[in-house]
Amino acid sequence: MIQSVVQSIDYFAVAPPLVLALAAGLVLLLDAFLPRRPYVRPALGAVTLAGVLVALGFVIAQASRSGEAIRTFCVPESLTAPTRGIPAVSPAAPPGVEQVTQTLTGTAAVAPGPGAVSAPSCSFVVDDFTLIFAGLVLVAGVVVVLLSMTLLASGEIPVGEWHFLLLCTLTGAVALPASRDLIMLVVALELVSLPVFALTGLRRHDGRASEAAVKLFLVSVVSTAVTLFGISLLYGVTGTVHLDRLAQVLRERAAVPAAPGPGQAAGTALPQAAGAADVTEGYVSSLHIVYDSPPPDLSSVVTVAIVLVLAGFAFKVAAVPFHAWAGDVYQGAPVPVAALLSVISKAAGFAGLILILVTALGSESGTWVPLVAIIAALTMTVGNLLALRQRHAVRLLAWSSVAQSGYILAPLGVRDEEATSASIAYLVFYAAMNLGAFAVVMLVSRRAARNELDDYRGLAFRNPAAGLALVFFLLCLAGLPPGLVGLFAKIVVFRELVVGGVGWLAVVMAVNTVIGLYYYVAWAVRILTPAPGRAAGKAAPGPDRREVREDDAARAVPAVSSERGITGHAVPGASSGHEDVGRAAPETSSGREGVPDQGSPAPGQVPGTPDITAPAAPAAPTAPAAPAALVEDADGGGSRTGWRAGWMPVAVAIGVTAFVALLFSVAPQVVLDFLPGVVGIGR
Amino acid sequence: MSWVLVALLVVPLAGALMLLVPYGKGRLLRAHALTVSGVTFALSLVAAVAYGSDGAVGMRLVTDLAWVPWLNLRFHLGVDGVSLPLVVLTTLLTFLCFVYMCREGGNGPDRLPRGELGPGRPRALVFTLLLLEVGVVGTFLALDLLLFFVFFEVVLIPMYFVIAIWGGHARRAAANKFILYTLLGSVVLLIGLLFVWARTGTLDMVALASAHGAGMPRSAQTLAFVAIGVGLAVKTPMWPLHTWLPAAHTEAPTVGSVLLAGVLLKMGTYGFARIAIPILPEGAAAVAPWLGAFAVIGIVYGCLACLAQRDLKRMIAYSSIGHMGFVLLGFATLTPVGLNAALFGNIAHGLITALLFFVVGGIKERYGTADIPALGGGMLARLPHLASLLTFACVASLGLPGLAGFWGEMLALLGAFDPAPGLSRPLFLTFMVLGGIGTVLTAAYFLVMLSRVTHGRPTETVHAPLLAAVGPAETREAVAAAERVTEKVTADAEQVVEETMAGGEDSGPVDTAVVDDTGGAMARRDTEGARGSDSSGGGGRARGGRVRDVTPHELAAWVPLVVLILLFGLWPKALLSLTDPVVHGLLGAP
Repeated sequence: MIQSVVQSIDYFAVAPPLVLALAAGLVLLLDAFLPRRPYVRPALGAVTLAGVLVALGFVIAQASRSGEAIRTFCVPESLTAPTRGIPAVSPAAPPGVEQVTQTLTGTAAVAPGPGAVSAPSCSFVVDDFTLIFAGLVLVAGVVVVLLSMTLLASGEIPVGEWHFLLLCTLTGAVALPASRDLIMLVVALELVSLPVFALTGLRRHDGRASEAAVKLFLVSVVSTAVTLFGISLLYGVTGTVHLDRLAQVLRERAAVPAAPGPGQAAGTALPQAAGAADVTEGYVSSLHIVYDSPPPDLSSVVTVAIVLVLAGFAFKVAAVPFHAWAGDVYQGAPVPVAALLSVISKAAGFAGLILILVTALGSESGTWVPLVAIIAALTMTVGNLLALRQRHAVRLLAWSSVAQSGYILAPLGVRDEEATSASIAYLVFYAAMNLGAFAVVMLVSRRAARNELDDYRGLAFRNPAAGLALVFFLLCLAGLPPGLVGLFAKIVVFRELVVGGVGWLAVVMAVNTVIGLYYYVAWAVRILTPAPGRAAGKAAPGPDRREVREDDAARAVPAVSSERGITGHAVPGASSGHEDVGRAAPETSSGREGVPDQGSPAPGQVPGTPDITAPAAPAAPTAPAAPAALVEDADGGGSRTGWRAGWMPVAVAIGVTAFVALLFSVAPQVVLDFLPGVVGIGR
Repeated sequence: MSWVLVALLVVPLAGALMLLVPYGKGRLLRAHALTVSGVTFALSLVAAVAYGSDGAVGMRLVTDLAWVPWLNLRFHLGVDGVSLPLVVLTTLLTFLCFVYMCREGGNGPDRLPRGELGPGRPRALVFTLLLLEVGVVGTFLALDLLLFFVFFEVVLIPMYFVIAIWGGHARRAAANKFILYTLLGSVVLLIGLLFVWARTGTLDMVALASAHGAGMPRSAQTLAFVAIGVGLAVKTPMWPLHTWLPAAHTEAPTVGSVLLAGVLLKMGTYGFARIAIPILPEGAAAVAPWLGAFAVIGIVYGCLACLAQRDLKRMIAYSSIGHMGFVLLGFATLTPVGLNAALFGNIAHGLITALLFFVVGGIKERYGTADIPALGGGMLARLPHLASLLTFACVASLGLPGLAGFWGEMLALLGAFDPAPGLSRPLFLTFMVLGGIGTVLTAAYFLVMLSRVTHGRPTETVHAPLLAAVGPAETREAVAAAERVTEKVTADAEQVVEETMAGGEDSGPVDTAVVDDTGGAMARRDTEGARGSDSSGGGGRARGGRVRDVTPHELAAWVPLVVLILLFGLWPKALLSLTDPVVHGLLGAP
């Protein structure tokens, strides 16, 4: 018996997460034992980068070998034997299961037959779905590592811990799409989430970061608990954790009422009835839980489970009723972590969501499809409306990424499994453009720690490459040419919605596209408008200067008043206005960033505001924010030595993302052709 | 020869991309702009010659390559009698815009003068205009629904920046309004196109047009037509969806207005002719009465709005709404006559309105304002050539027989007299009568405007600087300077006013100061630019000197339009022989 439980592991299949985990351990050891020398910091970064690249190499190797999906960690033969011993299961089940397997794995379907269903359930499967997510996560990982090299050059954050945690997150994110059972799914999801709390809070003495870490921790833990509850209900109902088994059981459960009943009299329904009968006689799960009575009607329990799982994942991807954490956490976290949250963590969340909803709960789509459609509509609308009012760059990207989550969710709100590939396509395109935007934001944040939208004024003149790149990424996010990648992404989603008959969602998305355009283009215009300090000296076109002044004046007055209005009665830390004031004050007084504010009211008002807000807000943020801002100040303005070293990686990151986004713009089929199980409607 | 169409897109695109590489300034940029747009124009003429005039139906010079197979998106280009004139019009107008930008003097941001370049970021403007050309030409050439949409979208961002960076006072708001409106239209259009795709399974416009809606039930066609129609109507613009247009036109620089009115609006009407009507004939039949009603409302509304305008550019913008109403009315009849009228009206409007905006841009540059009362009168006496051109353009626009504007309107009304069989004849007769009233009103507002601006005794009045619009902080000094100028001139001029009041019945409003016009323009410019020191201005005119009449560059840019307006007015067959065979094909008529 023990012999039969021992299983062989396909190390090639698990190579990417394994490499990442080993690299994580190596980084930790090197950090502990290498002497404290200046070269250690870049060396650890290089080791991390090498680890990610090697993992990426394995993913590419896996992708380039054709053939069936690689499966490992399968349920041993001996344990599946009882189930396999009943041949009558097969006639009923194959069509459905076959379809699911085909959609998600993209492997050529094995000829329908008894063998198809009785293949052992495996916990770790490397198929097209896995590969596309793993590739996405690892390429994004490369960019995040490059960005963090820039961040770490300041020497404020412990390098070894940072890289270790980053690699752990990546390990989880690579393992997650390969997971095909609920336990492994949750473990991988936690492996993605847990290190991110620490990464967020790793910048010590930064009140905002600590606050963000705590918020992220609470939200994530709650969402995990909710997910676990839902998953336990699913397990309780079906008695299995493997997604394919789960789908099978649920499908048969759904089929039972349709069958003539326990009597099994009808001759025509014989195969189906026989299948159902077999289940009722004794479906043996991998955990040896035997159901020996007709299953009670547990559909309501399944519904509850679906809602709970959906809610848990909605937290992870910041979908709307559970989106509130995004703004504060993104803003408080270091920029690379925000990029990680918005791309890697989100991709992991969507991978898990798609796996559970489509693979496992495909037969229950009647329950979750309308739910997802409503969540998608709310997410894109609320995210866009919140983004409209933002003045902080990362906060704007945070809400915009919430809105983009809505677009990614939208195809899942179509009662058609093929629509999932539209979600995946959008996610891949979104990853490229959003990472690019974050890379430029990282670059700018080195100069302007405050990182408000107005710090981007005239970026295209100070730094044409970065400015034009950011304009390009923003237009991509808005979905307008020349950012064709965004346009194609939106067309892909619109197509699924229109074809799937969810016209109302398409209209909601259309309106949202227009709302989103406004703030993206407003930001892009700022980048292309000469900075006020610059315009006074150089011969800029007359109208521009006047306009700048008007803008500033208009901005300063309502901004200050609204900040007051919010902080007067705000929960500490919950409002952006409050934090902005806390941040802006020391910077304005230290006179960094050239001309602080052109509008005459601003200099007079801003230093005064903390006095008003400080007593009103009892909690931490204002006080710790000041030293943090000063530290950043010293970093941005003072430490010229690390400047060059820190500049290179982020430039490479911008270059990489711009190249990828351009490539996707010209030839989106690079991604689209790779998508699993897709049939164009024209064919 | 199919390389010609690809080259039509590649040349301006490459020309734009070359501008990203830094190199010498001034003269080189000017030569670059003229060469690229000139080559593009020459290529479009080559395409026209290659197209021939044998009257056979069907696409020519077709290029068909797979681009994104997964989306069924093909790089499918071709040209026929409907698109060819529009392509030539686009390349011609772009070229003429660059010629116009080479003019000396003036203070607009849209200049490419010889020697040192002005402060208006001309390089970026050339880049933007070339991209705009790529988008517009691509829209007219595309034979794939999604490719059409992609090019349709390409136009948005360049036009947005043309308005938002090189525009007038309220340009930011106007640009935002423009892009939000048109993007909303585009997205609705996209949904409609995808709906067609979902029902028919193909994106090929030629195949779809030859199928004449086969495979789509009437209700689905109506739905798709409404979605596509709304998307196109925003661009056209049709009456209730037009509100972005006056603001955009008023604020855009001259070249922006010219291209916006001359070709961008045509993308909407072209979409009706190429996509909506041939692909969805039953939907078109169902919606045509509504389309006609909105078109006629647009005609009358545009005319009435024109009567109330004080600003010349705004007036022409509203007149565009009226003219586009005639085009839409032509489409609404669903007859070959109506469609021919619409396509002819398209081209005529492109030529005439482009000329009008050019001339008004010249006037605004000379007087510093386009406010009709502030312009005073007597332009024919002061600037005879400019005023003659304005008169010519206005007369062409109001549809005088013998000029291009006449045929489009007349044929549209003729089409409404005898609409397609399924349509209610009395309804369309009503439309015809209302449209006829519209032509009368058109004549009325243009003649009133001409009488106010060109006739009468030259009072040499200009509008006082809009001091109120200037921000407080840094412009104080400049404002003060401007005020000094204004006061001085006002004082000087008071007696002149008294003298001239007797003759000029339309004296300016209270804030009209009689000044030496150059000084006034300068003063205004000072306040606008808040650069008191730099008031000597760009060449050609000294303080106190006469305003120059039409300059050679302006003449070079405008004369081709005049010639073409005359040509198509006297010889409409030149265009109709191109469009007529295609129109019969589009309607499925024999």
